[in-house]
Amino acid sequence: MKLKAVLENYVFVLPAVIIFSIFYVIPFIWIFHLGLYNWDGILPTKVFVGLNNFKEIVLQDPAWWQAMMNAGYITLIALTFQNALAFLLAWACDREIRMKNFYRVIFFIPPVLSEIVVGMVWRFIINDIDGANIINRMLTAAGFPNLVHNWLSDPKTALTTVALVHSWKGFGWGFLIFLAGLQTIPRELYEAARVDGANAWQSFKKITVPLMAPVMALVAILTILGSMQVFTLILGLVGGEFAGHTSVPVLRILTSMRVSSRFGYACAQGISFGLILVVISFIQYRFSHKAKQA
Amino acid sequence: MNVNIYYKARKATTTALIHLFLLMMAVICVFPLLWMVFSSLKTPETIFRDLSLIPKSFHFENYYIAWQQGGFGRYFLNSIFYTVSVVVGIIIVSSMAAYAFSRCRFFGRKALFIMFMAAMMVPIPGSFVALYVLLNKIHLRDTPFGYILCMISVGLSTSIFLLKTFFDKMPKELEDAARIDGCSKLGIWWHVALPLAKPALAVVVVFNVLNVWNEYILALIIFDSRKFMPLQVALQTFQGEFVTNYPLLMAGLTITVLPVILVYFLMQKYIVKGVTSGSVLE
Repeated sequence: MKLKAVLENYVFVLPAVIIFSIFYVIPFIWIFHLGLYNWDGILPTKVFVGLNNFKEIVLQDPAWWQAMMNAGYITLIALTFQNALAFLLAWACDREIRMKNFYRVIFFIPPVLSEIVVGMVWRFIINDIDGANIINRMLTAAGFPNLVHNWLSDPKTALTTVALVHSWKGFGWGFLIFLAGLQTIPRELYEAARVDGANAWQSFKKITVPLMAPVMALVAILTILGSMQVFTLILGLVGGEFAGHTSVPVLRILTSMRVSSRFGYACAQGISFGLILVVISFIQYRFSHKAKQA
Repeated sequence: MNVNIYYKARKATTTALIHLFLLMMAVICVFPLLWMVFSSLKTPETIFRDLSLIPKSFHFENYYIAWQQGGFGRYFLNSIFYTVSVVVGIIIVSSMAAYAFSRCRFFGRKALFIMFMAAMMVPIPGSFVALYVLLNKIHLRDTPFGYILCMISVGLSTSIFLLKTFFDKMPKELEDAARIDGCSKLGIWWHVALPLAKPALAVVVVFNVLNVWNEYILALIIFDSRKFMPLQVALQTFQGEFVTNYPLLMAGLTITVLPVILVYFLMQKYIVKGVTSGSVLE
């Protein structure tokens, strides 16, 4: 009887544990093994190369570091421009205004769309090859023909264009979380500050910012992890797996696997990238933890 | 008196400026989608000439062509099939596990729960490479079944977390009453716990529906056969073939987006709940 009750508990968790172990935990552990080999993914023979794959990443793969820089740039734009915009919008919505819910519904539309769709729609809007570039046509119509530009094919503007589309898709997340955070701040605090003669800027600086610091830290870490791993959007926006000067780490991993058939190297890239992300989130966590105590 | 009018005018101006700002952003959010829908109703000839947002004549036959010749009918049904199977699978598997993690005491409970939670924290950007190799080995690559199992495992961690948090706060009285009435554990989970957990289940459903419908990378590496492809991957191949026929591509994109928008508007309140519950309002 006792044994049956114990076994019953495992019946509940086993389906989840089995599926998760096979399709999530095993691949995770396996990349650490495959990363040590030279293997094309097909032949039964793998050549053990030790840490050579990692050495190659660090010393002989400028394309990888370029991709890393690109992802860093996109993340930087997302952290500053996108999050500032999200915060500003949340702050504007966090008051007695009409249509608050309407704005909330509209701003969260881009985040629920798929990255492929967003990429393709924006590609259609700013594509320069087919003469359909609406932005350019608007600029011409508005009397700025000298600002007309091949936004996506010029290496100088391509990455910024990608980053801005990424911000368009992502700011709704930050907006929603910021707004929820702002609404937890008791109104009495603002009232009291006003009675004490504080102006809007002072109460923003002394009440809103300190109380929102944990929320900001959370949004920051979500933005970093999300933006560093962006790639589907770029596939839709630039088209094809050779994203060239707008390549990012995950696209490089995909290229190593599908184009150069270097499975071991792709795994090593995945491990290095994962490690960097873990380090970033750890530093960020420590940083925000300290800021909270201070 | 004058001062009063001054303050009122100033307040009205501020409110108007705020609305202007918010409305401008709302337009920027919606414009690309409207442009997509209206472009899908133009013809390849007019699409670059007729730059008005609303076209002069509506060509609904684009949808028929995309559905039939473009194969979007098949891809659409594939996406529906994957989404329904995966979400049903996730609901059953994750609610069972979450229920046990919340209510039962057994050896390994804590360790197993930490395993699921760790997956939410540790990013593994390269694991699809190993997953591809694994699926090849067990002959599940290029099969719908393999894809469904992978997608179930992707959704498990967050779903278990959300449901366990809900079960932890749920009163146990009803379950105790059912137990005294001689109900088995599985019976209590199915007849008592699940109906009570409906609000949390709705959050789990809506997030997983969006996640599976929009999923791209696993479908890309798992499926070679076109007959199995979901919409997101098929769009890429479609763009390669009908590269000049933009109205058809826009029709395909609209077909892909429509269910998402529908789910979003119907389940709006659960989305807000999901985004905020996991983060701020803990």
